Amino acid sequence: MSNTPNELRYSSSHEWARLEADGTVSIGISDHAQEALGDVVFIELPEVGAQLEAGQTAGVVESVKAASDIYSPISGKVIAINEELADQPELVNAEPYDSWFFRVNPSNPAELEQLLDAAAYQAACSADA
Amino acid sequence: MGQRTPLFDQHLAFGAKMVDFGGWDMPLHYGSQVEEHHQVRRDCGVFDVSHMTIVDITGAQAQDWLQHLLANDVARLGFMGKALYSAMLNEAGGVIDDLIVYLTDFGYRMVVNAATRDKDLAWMQRQTTGFDVTLTERSDLAMLAVQGPNARAKVATVVANARASLIDGLKVFQGLPEGDWFIARTGYTGEDGLEIMLPATEAASFFNELVGIGVAPIGLGARDTLRLEAGMNLYGQDMNEETSPLAANMGWTIAWEPQERNFIGRAALESQRTQANLPKLVGLVLDERGVLRAHQLVKVAGIGEGEITSGTFSPTLGKSIALARVPATTADRAEVEIRGKCYPVRVVQPNFVRQGKILV
Repeated sequence: MSNTPNELRYSSSHEWARLEADGTVSIGISDHAQEALGDVVFIELPEVGAQLEAGQTAGVVESVKAASDIYSPISGKVIAINEELADQPELVNAEPYDSWFFRVNPSNPAELEQLLDAAAYQAACSADA
Repeated sequence: MGQRTPLFDQHLAFGAKMVDFGGWDMPLHYGSQVEEHHQVRRDCGVFDVSHMTIVDITGAQAQDWLQHLLANDVARLGFMGKALYSAMLNEAGGVIDDLIVYLTDFGYRMVVNAATRDKDLAWMQRQTTGFDVTLTERSDLAMLAVQGPNARAKVATVVANARASLIDGLKVFQGLPEGDWFIARTGYTGEDGLEIMLPATEAASFFNELVGIGVAPIGLGARDTLRLEAGMNLYGQDMNEETSPLAANMGWTIAWEPQERNFIGRAALESQRTQANLPKLVGLVLDERGVLRAHQLVKVAGIGEGEITSGTFSPTLGKSIALARVPATTADRAEVEIRGKCYPVRVVQPNFVRQGKILV
C-alpha cells in the first residue's frame, strides 16, 4: 500500500501539492506514481518564471519504463525548480514527498481546495488498480 | 491469470512486482530494476527463465533436420555440449524465432522463446515430414540463469562436487548434463554465467539456496537493460517474421557454406544479399538527457529515416542507448525525435557493454 500523507492535496494525474508557510505551493509526484513508474532516470522541469495554468503540462518524468507528463495541479508562476533532481532523479523513488519538482506562486489559492484530499486520492488509486 | 513458473511463490515472497510476459506471470523487478542491473554487472544475480521453451531433438536424422530448419549450421558444433545461436526462418527469409541449440549425447537440445512457443512448435513439427526425428518438449524442467562475474564461483559453492567441477571445466558457450541437471555457460547479459535446466521440483529450493548466499533475484526489467547493453536482439522487438536477419545484425549467424545446404529461407536470403539497400541494425547513444524508446523516428541527414527497435536507459553508461534499424549508408551521426524535438545521437556498433566494460 502506498503512502499518502494527510497534509497534502492530490490531483487525479498523481501530482501532490503542498501549501508552504510563505503561501507558495510545492508540487511533486505521489508515492503511488513513483511506484507505478519504476526507477526514475530523468526529469524535465518547467522554466523558472513560466506561467502555468491548472492542468497544463509542466514537465516530464522518464523512468526505466516510460515517459510521463507532469501537470501543474494549480495555476501560478513558477518561482523555483528542484535542481537536485537533475543529478539525483532516484530521489523521487526514495523520497517522493521530499522530492518537490517545482514551486509556484498560486494565482488562485482556492484551486488547492478543489484538489483531492488524501482519502479521496487513495480511493481513486484503488479504483485504478 | 497467466501461466506460472515453479518459482511463482518465491517471486511473491521476495516482493516482486509481477507482470504479464507472453502469457506468463513473471517478475518485472523486486524493488529497483536499476539496482538489479548493477548487481549483475558487478557481482551476480539469478533470473527465473523457466517460461522459455526447451525441446529435445532425437532420431537418426536429427542433424539433417536441423541443417534444414536453421539458418546456422549445427555441423559447426565441434564438441559435446557446444552451443549455437541461430535464426529459424520462414521461406521468405523472415525470422520466426531466434534460439540456442546444444549438441548432446542423445541428439540436440534447443531453447526457444516463451512468447513464440506455440507457433515455433507447430512450425517445427510441420517441418519434420520426411525426417526420422522426434521432438520432445521438456516442460518438466525449470530454467534459472545465474549471471555476473561471480556467478560460476557462487553457484559452485551450493552444488554437489560433481556439478561444481563440471562448472569449473565448462567452456564458454558449452552446456553439459550432470545427473538430471543440464548446466550451460550461456546467457543473455554480456557477462559470464550459467543457464541451468533442472527438474521443476528442485527449482524452488535451488533458487532459495542461491538467494541465501547473496545471489540477488533479478527481474525481467533488468534482463532487458542488460541484454540491450550487450547488443543482443529481443525477438518481437528487434526482429520478427517481416525482418530479414540481414537487417537485424544477424548476418554472422547465417552459415552460407556449404552452398548445397538448402536451409529454409536460403533462396530468399541469397537474393536479399545482393541488394545494396537493405537497412541495417545499429546502436545509438544519446549523450544528452532523455530516454530513447522503441518506435521513435531516427533521421539521418541527407540519407533517410529509420526507427528505434529497442531503447532504454543504460544504467552502466548512465545515459540512454538503443538499437535502431536505419538506411545502409548511415555513418556515425543521426538524430532521434523525442516528443517532437530532435536530439543528436551517435551511431555505434550494437555492442555497448561487455563483461562490465563500456565499449562505446
